[in-house]
Amino acid sequence: MSDLIEIRWHARAGQGAVTASKLLAETALLKGSYIQAMPEYGPERTGAPLRAYSRISSSPIELHNNIVNPTIVVVLDETLLPIVNVLEGLDERGLLLLNTTKDVDTIRSELKVPPGITVAVVDASGIALDTIGRDIPNTPTVGALAHITKVVTVDALKENLRKSFGKKFSQDVIDANLASVDRAAQEVHCE
Amino acid sequence: MAEVTVLAATGNAMVAEAFRQAAPDVLAAYPITPQTAIVENFAKYVADGRVHTEFVAVESEHSAMSACIGASAAGARVATATSSQGLALMYEELHIASGMRLPIVMANANRALSAPINIHGDHSDVMGARDTGWILLFAETAQEAYDNSLISFRIAEHPSVQLPVMTTLDGFITTHAMERCELLDDETVAAYVGAYTPAYPLLNGETAAAQGMFASLGGTYFEIKKAERAAIDASMPCIKAAGEAWAAVCGRGFEVIDAWKCEDADYILVVLGSAAGNARVVARELRAQGIKAGVARIRVYRPFPFEELAQVLKGARAVGILDRSDSFGAQYGPVGLDVRSALYGEGLLIPTRDYIYGLGGADVTLDALRQAYGELQSLAAGELDQGLSYLGTR
Repeated sequence: MSDLIEIRWHARAGQGAVTASKLLAETALLKGSYIQAMPEYGPERTGAPLRAYSRISSSPIELHNNIVNPTIVVVLDETLLPIVNVLEGLDERGLLLLNTTKDVDTIRSELKVPPGITVAVVDASGIALDTIGRDIPNTPTVGALAHITKVVTVDALKENLRKSFGKKFSQDVIDANLASVDRAAQEVHCE
Repeated sequence: MAEVTVLAATGNAMVAEAFRQAAPDVLAAYPITPQTAIVENFAKYVADGRVHTEFVAVESEHSAMSACIGASAAGARVATATSSQGLALMYEELHIASGMRLPIVMANANRALSAPINIHGDHSDVMGARDTGWILLFAETAQEAYDNSLISFRIAEHPSVQLPVMTTLDGFITTHAMERCELLDDETVAAYVGAYTPAYPLLNGETAAAQGMFASLGGTYFEIKKAERAAIDASMPCIKAAGEAWAAVCGRGFEVIDAWKCEDADYILVVLGSAAGNARVVARELRAQGIKAGVARIRVYRPFPFEELAQVLKGARAVGILDRSDSFGAQYGPVGLDVRSALYGEGLLIPTRDYIYGLGGADVTLDALRQAYGELQSLAAGELDQGLSYLGTR
């Protein structure tokens, strides 16, 4: 279980965090990993703060509780930063990835991020508006995460998007999502 | 040779798949969180022509179980699913299903009961059905929810069992979390579950039968209840045979008690359902420190495997029971009472302690389990009483 990766997602209901947690886990599964993806359920109201979780490991995962010490924290909505302590429990050598237009230094000083933690930023909302045409930042954010962590590869993610979106969406929508992944992989900044 | 599809799926999705593959003649159900997706997915399978079941959308759980009873008495293979208040609303019908010896299979998404209102996972609902004459299975994972659901049909419909079976999975933790699962092909599953031949179908013009009759003074009622007790007592070999036959098909083991390193364990936690993995994680950590910890997970809860459990626990210095519901006013929670009784029956006076945990979906933290194992060491040393405590509350 030493290679267990635990990810906590912060978002507002409706931004696709649950889908993102599942998309990442499903991609890892296709590459042979054991996975879990679960939302933390509360009253379901669009716009309310929510958390979701993903676990990825090369061996069966026995844990079935919430993730308290994540390896990675992903924030899909920066308006949560004043009201949610997104750094809570984050591994001291972990990664914080945010959907924001701010740069890494600004985030680091605003949130007083401990030095061992890597900070990554990507304007996933901007990318989503450009490519998909709506502010649904989940797919580009997973793209950025794949690019910087290699938890799954960008190619594997795109392969899964083609496969799983292929059943539900038009080719235009699939292409837009694939383009959003590529752009996020190019534009994510990480220090 | 079985064809296996590996997929990411929730417990609810896997139960719906199992029900589709078992292809009941009738499924009558009412949606309730966190069971809804089972019925939703199944209704879609019916609409898409992937299963030819008479799907009856009813107006309440009371009606759902009533429709299931009628269909089962008529001779149909019947399944349904519910949770929490829905199971509570079925209460009187649960006794009718078992009293009439109807082999209905029901999935229950284990959830808290009101008040206060709570939609999350615990075992308060299913423990209310503990003494209704149903066979009760508990799954640890989404995969096992699938396996148990298929095994349930074989158990329920076995000619010498003929009892309803409840196949349960923990609300949200198992119903809604996506995990790596294996789905076997439809043909293999159909061959395992087999065809259903009802013993006394009402809709068979050849043989006359009466069901659900009045049995008043004069002992008939009493005799029928005794026969019901004999049937559930005698069902254990059939449960084991059904489980082992599925294990041979799918390659995953089947034990009524899933005992993890209990042979030489000094301190054992007894648990049902999804918290077992967390207990094993902590037990493994303690073993690395030289403390002999074990975990005994009960997969078949009714009939209660008291002999098997006593065998598993007999060498322990202290036993803790994790109870995800309370039996208010009793010495212990329901599982604790059963475990203690099993030990006493075998003459084992091992000190025990009952831990009420995770009510209303409260997270089962590793720290809470470390605390329980720590207390078992104090208990064995005579420094702590054999009481009951709430784990993880203020």
